[in-house]
Amino acid sequence: MAILVQPNTKVLVQGITGEFGARHAKLSIEYGSAIVAGVTPGKGGQVFEHAGVKVPIFDTVADAVKQTGAAASAVFVPPPFAADAIIEGADAGLDLVVAITEGIPVRDMIRAKQAMAGSKTRLIGPNCPGIVTPGMGKDSHGGCRIGIAPGYIHKKGNIGVVSRSGTLTYEAVWQLTSRGVGQSTCVGIGGDPVNGTSHLDIIKLFMADPETTGIIMIGEIGGSAEEEAAEWIKQNGTKPVAGFIAGATAPPGRRMGHAGAIVSGGKGTAEAKIEAFKAAGIGVAATPSDMADTLLKMM
Amino acid sequence: MNIHEYQAKQLLAQCGVAVPAGAPCKTVDEAKSAAEKLFAAGHKLAVIKSQIHAGGRGKGTFKHGFQGGVKLAKSVDDAVNYADNMLGKTLVTKQTGPDGRVVSTIIVAAAEDIKKEFYLAVLLDRTASKPLIMASTEGGMDIEEVAEKHPEKIIKEHVDPLMGFQAWQGRKIAAALGLKGDLAGQCAKLLAGVYKTWWECDASMVEINPLCICVGPDGKEKMIAVDAKIGLDDNALYRHKDIQEMRDLAEESPLEIEASKFNLNYIKLDGSIACLVNGAGLAMATMDIVQHYGASPANFLDVGGGASKDQVTAAFKIILSDPGVKAIFVNIFGGIMDCNVIATGIVAAVKETGLTLPLVVRLEGNNVEAGKKTLVESGLTIISGDSMADAAQKVVKAVQ
Repeated sequence: MAILVQPNTKVLVQGITGEFGARHAKLSIEYGSAIVAGVTPGKGGQVFEHAGVKVPIFDTVADAVKQTGAAASAVFVPPPFAADAIIEGADAGLDLVVAITEGIPVRDMIRAKQAMAGSKTRLIGPNCPGIVTPGMGKDSHGGCRIGIAPGYIHKKGNIGVVSRSGTLTYEAVWQLTSRGVGQSTCVGIGGDPVNGTSHLDIIKLFMADPETTGIIMIGEIGGSAEEEAAEWIKQNGTKPVAGFIAGATAPPGRRMGHAGAIVSGGKGTAEAKIEAFKAAGIGVAATPSDMADTLLKMM
Repeated sequence: MNIHEYQAKQLLAQCGVAVPAGAPCKTVDEAKSAAEKLFAAGHKLAVIKSQIHAGGRGKGTFKHGFQGGVKLAKSVDDAVNYADNMLGKTLVTKQTGPDGRVVSTIIVAAAEDIKKEFYLAVLLDRTASKPLIMASTEGGMDIEEVAEKHPEKIIKEHVDPLMGFQAWQGRKIAAALGLKGDLAGQCAKLLAGVYKTWWECDASMVEINPLCICVGPDGKEKMIAVDAKIGLDDNALYRHKDIQEMRDLAEESPLEIEASKFNLNYIKLDGSIACLVNGAGLAMATMDIVQHYGASPANFLDVGGGASKDQVTAAFKIILSDPGVKAIFVNIFGGIMDCNVIATGIVAAVKETGLTLPLVVRLEGNNVEAGKKTLVESGLTIISGDSMADAAQKVVKAVQ
């Protein structure tokens, strides 16, 4: 089954006419994902066309959902307007909103998250690479790709991958694929301090997913989301989990690229996270080159 | 972005928070007239505070030998003497590193007669995704130490971001701090102002330590933010023109400023192996793997998703201006971008900068074979790494 999205999940793209949104909408279409609608306020009625696929553009998410039955959305809207676009997606009753946009003010995300509380919509991100559920075709073609991850590095299989970072996710996925091991779903939850879905949320979904038999969880310095996931795994985990924490060499008090990757007041250190992983029986990769091998040894 | 204490107090004052009387001064003359005003108003003491973005100012030492970046002046002459010893001079504290920072602004303010000190902060609780107010009766102390030894002495109150700070929350926190009567009312009002500052300025943190009950020249007790620190959300600066102007480039590393012009995220460290990576997570992991194999990273450098020739060239130039660098490790996972384009950029950058240091390149991803071929056929001495671990070991070996 995979988690969150299936190969046939109908996806709309908010910000499909922007350079970034258009480029990745095209790549998703080439990957064989069901991109059924685009949303750009003021451009409703136009058509986004690529590789023989015609994607209707709507002014509002509500219209797009009503006309096409889209269940998930990829948000490529620029930072000042992104939180508004996310809330619009929730209002339209989408199951899933995946916010790719980097650089959304924290205050906007605090409000958006609070506004979405109690709605049926799950938010992934922001500042994330998105989700891939690999397909059956060559180079995993025919899967569902929402976001900016390279589709071809994936392979259909049974390992779940969850990470805050994009390129580090690709690294883990590629290590798996090049060892002939496929993935059920790969989820980038994003590098911001306020995000919609945590490591723990995804871990619970993977543990409940019959198709997933092992999990790679990649974390980084800042916050305590990795510790919370580890604590739950310690009590409830039923599948092997291997992980890596990036940022052991990062100086305290400095933001390492991601807005959320900062050790402040002695909190959020790589050391504490690695300790929590070990205490929970999570296999800790000694280097980022060993993520796949660490998990495969446990299985 | 960080700002100076005097700027933080300006933002707080705009939101109705009481701060000590005084003024920021850039010259000794300005300091003299500010001190004259304070003493004329009946204050018995003035405090002279060096403005730098690092902590430990009070116990710091100036390079010319003068002790202390924060001083109490009993007279205008004292204030002038201290101002003269601080302005334009370099202050070294435990947080500045041996190079110290040049003091270009000082605060000359009334040294309040303090009866009691509290701690107050507003920050983001990442787990709850809500603003959190933290207050404690243990003011003036290291709050992390208080949190560890006496967690019961820290009051925590979440604020509903859609409702904002409520009057009853002000009363609740004031009561928990043991305040009564007029002081409780003052505290509740001050709390509302501090929260407003956090919210409206898009701050990542507002910290008042200490928040004090002070006795003014008129004998009345007042709640005053005696010291203040504000960190701001860089992602929200676009909507705060006034706060953008508070940026002090002198407090930032020149290399980091140069890097930001090319959309490069660069942070200088003390090691010998320069890292050039795409993606923040992979960049951190690259530093970690260098350390794992026995050397130290010279920097964090994320070239982002594009990694154009211009960016790579700019990145090489920045890396090479750090004299501690002995080798370069390029680690690129080109998921979508063409590895051959990156390889061409690396070759051009090596030629343009006349690189003589060992260079190890690990390329993976889209069109990687063509990329590797470009590196080999360039005729340059570029060491190729197959995996991240292989490349890391090769670059560490190159500096040993």
